[in-house]
Amino acid sequence: MPNLSFTAPTTVDDAINALARAPGLAKPLAGGTDLLVQMRSGRLRPEVIVDLKRIPDLIGIRETSESFVIGAATPGIMLSEHETFSRAWPGIVEGVDLIGSQQIQGRASLVGNLCNASPAADSVPALIAAHAVAVIAGPDGRREAPVEAIVIGPGQTSLKKGEFIVEFRVPKPKPRQSDAYLRFIPRTEMDIAVVGCGVNVTLDAAGLCTDACVVLGAVAPTQLIVNEAAEALKGHRLDDDTLSRLDAAAQRACKPINDKRGTIEYRTKVAGVLARRAAAIAFQRAAGRVAGVH
Amino acid sequence: MSYLDKDTLKIVGTRPIRPDGIDKVTGRANFGADMKMPGMLWGKIKRSPHAHARIVSINIDKAMALPGVKAVTTRADFPDIPPDKRTIGAMPHNLWDLSRNCMAKGKALYEGHAVAAVAATSPAIAEQALDLIEVEYEVLPHVMDVEAAMADDAPVLHDDIFTAGVEPKPAKPSNVAKMVRFAKGDVDAGFAEAEIVIERRYTTKPVHQAYIEPHACVVSVAADGQTTIWSSSQGQFMVRAYTSRIAGAEDNASIRAIPAEIGGGFGGKTIIYLEPVAYVLSKKSGRPVKIVMSREEVFRATGPTSGAVVEVKMGAKKDGRITAAKAVLKYQSGAFPGSPVQQGCICGLAVYDLPNAEAIGYDVLSNRPKVAAYRAPGAPIGSFGVESCIDELARELGIDPLKMREINGAKDGAKAAHGPTWNNIGYMKTVEAAKAHPQLSVPLGPNQGRGIASGYWHNAGGESSAACHVNEDGTVTVTEGHPDIGGSRASMAMMVAEVLGIPFERVRPVVGDTTAIGFSASTGGSRVTFAGGMAVTQATQKVVEELKKRAAIMWDISPEAVEWKDGKAYPAGPNAGSFEPLDLPAIAGKAARTGGPISAEVQINAQGQAPGFTTHICDVEVDKETGHVKILRYTAIQDVGRAIHPSYVEGQMQGGVAQGVGWALSEEYIYDKDGRLENPGFLDYRVPVASDMPMIDTVLIEVPNPRHPFGARGCGEVPIIPPMAAVANAIADATGIRLRDLPMSPPRLRAALDATEPMRAAAK
Amino acid sequence: MAKQHVSTIINGEPVEFLCEPQQTMLDVLRDELNLTGSKEGCSSGDCGACTVIVDGNIVCSCLMLGAEAEGRKITTIEGIAEGDKLHPVQQKFLEHAALQCGFCTPGFIVAAKALLDENLNPTEEETRYWLAGNLCRCTGYDKIIRAVLDAAAVMRAEGAR
Repeated sequence: MPNLSFTAPTTVDDAINALARAPGLAKPLAGGTDLLVQMRSGRLRPEVIVDLKRIPDLIGIRETSESFVIGAATPGIMLSEHETFSRAWPGIVEGVDLIGSQQIQGRASLVGNLCNASPAADSVPALIAAHAVAVIAGPDGRREAPVEAIVIGPGQTSLKKGEFIVEFRVPKPKPRQSDAYLRFIPRTEMDIAVVGCGVNVTLDAAGLCTDACVVLGAVAPTQLIVNEAAEALKGHRLDDDTLSRLDAAAQRACKPINDKRGTIEYRTKVAGVLARRAAAIAFQRAAGRVAGVH
Repeated sequence: MSYLDKDTLKIVGTRPIRPDGIDKVTGRANFGADMKMPGMLWGKIKRSPHAHARIVSINIDKAMALPGVKAVTTRADFPDIPPDKRTIGAMPHNLWDLSRNCMAKGKALYEGHAVAAVAATSPAIAEQALDLIEVEYEVLPHVMDVEAAMADDAPVLHDDIFTAGVEPKPAKPSNVAKMVRFAKGDVDAGFAEAEIVIERRYTTKPVHQAYIEPHACVVSVAADGQTTIWSSSQGQFMVRAYTSRIAGAEDNASIRAIPAEIGGGFGGKTIIYLEPVAYVLSKKSGRPVKIVMSREEVFRATGPTSGAVVEVKMGAKKDGRITAAKAVLKYQSGAFPGSPVQQGCICGLAVYDLPNAEAIGYDVLSNRPKVAAYRAPGAPIGSFGVESCIDELARELGIDPLKMREINGAKDGAKAAHGPTWNNIGYMKTVEAAKAHPQLSVPLGPNQGRGIASGYWHNAGGESSAACHVNEDGTVTVTEGHPDIGGSRASMAMMVAEVLGIPFERVRPVVGDTTAIGFSASTGGSRVTFAGGMAVTQATQKVVEELKKRAAIMWDISPEAVEWKDGKAYPAGPNAGSFEPLDLPAIAGKAARTGGPISAEVQINAQGQAPGFTTHICDVEVDKETGHVKILRYTAIQDVGRAIHPSYVEGQMQGGVAQGVGWALSEEYIYDKDGRLENPGFLDYRVPVASDMPMIDTVLIEVPNPRHPFGARGCGEVPIIPPMAAVANAIADATGIRLRDLPMSPPRLRAALDATEPMRAAAK
Repeated sequence: MAKQHVSTIINGEPVEFLCEPQQTMLDVLRDELNLTGSKEGCSSGDCGACTVIVDGNIVCSCLMLGAEAEGRKITTIEGIAEGDKLHPVQQKFLEHAALQCGFCTPGFIVAAKALLDENLNPTEEETRYWLAGNLCRCTGYDKIIRAVLDAAAVMRAEGAR
């Protein structure tokens, strides 16, 4: 990498300039747990690396009355250790927590996991299911987009040159709303998800589902919001019949590939299994959250 | 003096802290890549992107012209090796094959095959220089699968290889390099008298030793040929000999091969890949050259073990007595001949006393990296077949798997199918211990199952040298020639301390380089505690004789009147005189006056190595919806002869089990249709992680080997043999599903479950 | 390409170094600072042999650029013992024979120390999952886990005094 240069700006504007003005490929750096691997393997040959971690507010979690605001470069471990957020969105934290080892947790960030744009990214399904919004800064100013609008294909995002995500805004859960994330991997740790499923449900006092969002990972070029699966839950309790329809809806939505991590047939079946299991956990958690999070 | 009686031992059998331990827990220990030499250059290797291709031309001009590049090498710098120089001593490898493996000649035979190399002033420049080397390839059809490679129309890798072991000698070259056959009795008659006969087919994928330390070396060649090789290997004498021959030096005396601490080998570092290349680069540039493999290179270009097909046929009476067993084994050797199919043929069946048996093995070339030894090479694969098949047979007959082994297992006096008559073996003791083990009484819940499997490995003896020196202050240095890959130097020091009768801490073991100690064969074959231990014991015994002589001189009495006990010389009986005992410092302090330095060096070709047998018990739980298998409990019961340092014997057993579990459930080489490896990294080549394994219980059975001074048998390789079948048998117990193809990964188990037990959409 | 000048604190000592932008922290430790205790096993963050502690969190130093070390506090295996006084994790590794070849050991010790800094009473399962990012091929993990749990017990007892 003969022409690589490294810069660590301390303001968002300086970062935008560094990214926008680079003659060749410029990459923002948060945790580096994808970027450095890809540089090492030759898959990416950036000319400029812009370290975001010196910009105040890009690391940390703060609350407003309506939402949590998570700095883009916040490492996973900081999210897992945040008691309020972990209680609010255990599924998102589960997803983040599953990104690699404890060492990876010390560095890997939500923004990196999203913008690496792997279909198998562990933190993304639950983030989408929670209706999180990405706040983007760039040469043309700031804009917002729902998280699901960021990834447009494997390795590809909708971000323009010079843009990067500054923070995520995650709405606070309502009463009787909660989530869960499960993934399947061959070992017990350290693998890329073969299938991932994030489920976000809201229940009424009788335990019937009033709102739901089911998102599958690793079974399509991007994360899949499975509306049919959400419809299978809405208006119902989580009985055998609902589970059966949920499983079938999840399987029908899958568009996976055969690769070294799983076959089409296997991923499809396991998508159904994980949808059922994640929904069960989400329902249980939602029922337990009688008050919302303020 | 006999040390076979455990009750008389004071140090052997205890668990002192290993002498190299502090260095290893503080980061001070120096491994292959930790060495720097002044003026050092960084070497990197250019590798074929094709599985099979003729090398049409290589142009190194642009690479040579890059500032910072000090040397470039290709095949042109490596001599051909004539037929009479293709082996060295008793070392097992074919140097012509190894030479062409280190640097391709004429053809690239696998993706990752080395075709050129550079040395430059920084790793980045070396990397750039590789891109500037222009190689023109003519891509050839390739073959990966073992049976496809055996077919008549398969692309042939070497046109000068004709199947050996076949009469008459074939006229056409073949990918079947060798056929071997072992037989006892008459299998056809045996099958005819059987009341049940089953035939099964098992397959395994290539798996890598996956040592955490990649290969690394620093080689410095001076203008007069004096050379230092610092490398991580399982044998510095092998490194010296092979480098010398392959690089064309032919000057072993001028080469000092220093064994770095080694970060795992398991057989994969009993050969070399880098040292001859670094040698040539160093010679050309006049500077030391360091080459370190990346993890990707380790996977693409160093030997995994074979993938294989194992077909087993067994016949038995209804009471469980096996009347005949036949196994046909087809093993991949990769790009050059030399799979461990012979061991596979021998070891699987050796566990049993079979009246009629036959094993036929094929060593088959394919466009994959040349296989290297992997812990009991060949045996785990053969035993996966035999131990699964015997379990299937037991289930068909309704006989408990342990009972099946009691009925058929090898005992003293029985003759193995490959020839030897057993004497002083411990197999039945492992079966008895398994029957009595508390794991068998743990109740199994839903979707849980239990599997039993056994194994055998012959272990090795061979050449070892050792020197024992008494220092001026009475401490002792013992130098031996075996790289320590598992804690063996602690055992060496323990044996020396036991013989001398002094505290363990007064003995410092050293693994000497090739100039510091006599020839020693490589660390492998579970031979170091056996053969190396024999050598250090003999050297120390000679020192004791010398110490007695010196005491006699100091006392002015006859040497026959001196005895040695608990670290001191004593007059032997009241008639010898009444003298105060002399300890080592007292004698060493006067050594110059009594005859000079007190040392002894011994060189042996150790004989009398004894086999190891083992029985394992594995409990699993299966998630039937995902096909995930969890190991709940695991016990390994093994006859270890004598555990010199029990913690390290236990460690060998536990490590072998974990490797076997990975082999069973998650490890495999995955190639695409172009013969390119898709998973050359630890992300997708899945070795067990800490959360995948439970605690591993070990039971050490000691049937001492009387041919070793302390009774040791080799113990390091046996434990990897049973796990694959133990897990397969446990899965069968849990689900009724028999998996015969490794790895038994979740998609395969789920598919097998679906085929026999269609799943409903909703979980029950 | 200009080198980065970095000022950082390693094992409690202020350290300055020059590095190329693409050099990882692991490259810097091993090749520039002669701290070869951290090992390179895979360079892709999958084996943990390069584990160091950065501002209190364990990270894979192969996945961090040397330039990122500016102003941070880093602990490597060389900084775990205090002079000749071993950390309980190191001592227990020796007593339990929790190492065979020793190559993965530095990474494990740094990771285990970080675990015990945070939680002096981990369960076996918590310990196994915390250490899942450290590969060992020699031991099967059994004695490693026992050593860490025993070190935790020792540290709890010392804390209670």
